[in-house]
Amino acid sequence: MKITFAHMGNLYITVKALLEDLGAEVVVPPMPSKRTLSIGSRHSPEFACLPLKVNIGNYIEAMELGADTIAMAGGVGPCRFGLYGEVQREILKALGYEFEMIIIEPPQGRLRHVLRQLGRLVGRNPVGKYVRAARLAWAKMTAVDELEKVVQRVRPFEGRRGAATAALASALKLVDEASSIVQVKRALEDGREMLLSVRAPEGDAPDPPRIGIVGEVYVVLEPFVNFDVERRLGEMGVLVERSIYIGDWVREHLFKDLFRLRKGRRPYDLAKPYLCHFVGGHGVETVGHTVEYARQKFDGVIQLAPFTCMPEIVAQDVLPAVSRDLGIPVMTLVFDEHSSDAGVLTRLEAFVDLVERSCRRRAAKGARG
Amino acid sequence: MAQKAYLGVDVGSVSTNLVLLNEQGEVLEKLYLRTRGEPIAVIQEGMRMLASAASGMEIAGVGTTGSGRRLAAVILGADCVKNEITAHAVASARVVPDVRTVIEIGGQDSKIIILRDGAVLDFAMNTVCAAGTGSFLDQQAARLGVPIERFGELALMSTTPVRIAGRCAVFAESDMIHKQQMGHRIEDIVAGLCEALVRNYLNNVGKGKDIRPPVVFQGGVAANAGMRAAFEKALGTPVAVPEHYNVMGAIGAALLAAEEMERRGAPSHFRGFQALDMDYSATSFECKGCPNLCEVVNIKMGHEVIARWGSRCGRWDSF
Repeated sequence: MKITFAHMGNLYITVKALLEDLGAEVVVPPMPSKRTLSIGSRHSPEFACLPLKVNIGNYIEAMELGADTIAMAGGVGPCRFGLYGEVQREILKALGYEFEMIIIEPPQGRLRHVLRQLGRLVGRNPVGKYVRAARLAWAKMTAVDELEKVVQRVRPFEGRRGAATAALASALKLVDEASSIVQVKRALEDGREMLLSVRAPEGDAPDPPRIGIVGEVYVVLEPFVNFDVERRLGEMGVLVERSIYIGDWVREHLFKDLFRLRKGRRPYDLAKPYLCHFVGGHGVETVGHTVEYARQKFDGVIQLAPFTCMPEIVAQDVLPAVSRDLGIPVMTLVFDEHSSDAGVLTRLEAFVDLVERSCRRRAAKGARG
Repeated sequence: MAQKAYLGVDVGSVSTNLVLLNEQGEVLEKLYLRTRGEPIAVIQEGMRMLASAASGMEIAGVGTTGSGRRLAAVILGADCVKNEITAHAVASARVVPDVRTVIEIGGQDSKIIILRDGAVLDFAMNTVCAAGTGSFLDQQAARLGVPIERFGELALMSTTPVRIAGRCAVFAESDMIHKQQMGHRIEDIVAGLCEALVRNYLNNVGKGKDIRPPVVFQGGVAANAGMRAAFEKALGTPVAVPEHYNVMGAIGAALLAAEEMERRGAPSHFRGFQALDMDYSATSFECKGCPNLCEVVNIKMGHEVIARWGSRCGRWDSF
């Protein structure tokens, strides 16, 4: 049995560690490319959102490399994502592929469910082995999130364009290759060093603009579909933060009911004056995080959404009110397989100009008074 | 000492515009040329036309904008390369200092820019739809047998504009054909089309934007008096069309170049008018380095590669 799964940013490092430690053979699909997207779009319903299309491409490319089992996350609630596992199974079956698909549903309250579903993938294991594998995977996931945060803080100040991105790739490789928690820790330290060393020798530019990225989790985390929005902003000299990291998504998706995390969470409280209903996906989080970035005096917020994403459309209609009330510029970028590089770049450049001019003005005001 | 001038070039999908500004930011020369899918040739042609007007002047800075801004920048040796949203905003704020809303409709795109106290506060650009832009109006004018220059004038003669479905260019066309077959007068149909396009613009590009006067309307479509009247009717406020409405992007690029030169305090990178007679060419190849199969473009001056772009990973960017 050769297991594969869909890409979402650097999630593969965590999933691969977990499954391999449990004794499974894993086929990581090739990183998403134009080929992935064109295969996926060809076999997907036109009005499904981008994640489904890229997932299908990932599976087909992985099966070309010998994968025969697909692990996919399920879901409940108004976002269509919960249905995608089933839809993808039917699409691939109709295309004549032979494979088994195991959909891991979010547990309705019991850890036993998670273990049983994992057991279907990797066979029976003693509980101790699960614990060890989970701890290693968790350590890797935390390390990846940490490195992604470091690169965001370093990129605007890199001495040579692209140096931070190259250092991140090497650092991630170290984490990916680590086979124990001690090694992961060392990889994280070495990776952090590599990233910090790309800073320009003449020191940091003073007070760069800060932009927060919010929106639907897949397009936020997957640089291939969002045209590397984070890297581009960083290379324009912007400090970027995003509202969601892989760790957050896993915690929420797998464990939210286990640990009762949903109630009383901060983004929900912050979104309340504007949006007080669960609208599926990350609609409420998008609004809540925008409020949070405004309160933290960020200079702007960019919302990312796949075309036809209902939760994000609801959020998009609410954001102008947030922007007006709290005085923070907000721009929405919508992605599908027809999006173009040039269009995204023009909008990003214009948004950074807007943000920089208001930064400069604020600085001038501060100097005067 | 030679008089200083700043050159602004806006290479768009439909038109390529060039302006020369003096140090006070006033327009000395302007050109509005059709791009015809040959941006390099059109830039060279435009520069040849400007050369005599610019004789005795020192080109103190060059700015480029529009979808072909990078190409124009390497050919000319630009000092400042800016996106068209910022360029249009800067130009309007100079011409109408208290402007709070800019409506810009060009050949294939349309944008709205919201300014407060001379700075951009918010903006939007059409994303999935080009209905209502210059190309669509051109096409409809041709279909109705009305010269595009007379389109606006005709719209103003209407007494009872008919309601045209304006969401989609194709459906708008079917609806216009239907209205013609019903026997409506052509001026009422043309006026109805202008109103439909304005409705479409305000509901899409202008959605959720805080549109306040003074409103400036620029871009090639601003020549159309029918569109201007339809905007005034829909917004309930006068809409100003600046004198140089069709080259505002180029003016903005020149102003930004002047700003940049002041900051930099070093001479311009401008290659000079004579360099433009060189043989420029663009070639492309497909990179086989990964499954992205990027189309990488080489820009050559004579036999020398002067710029290269198009790869997603950046591996071809240095040469």
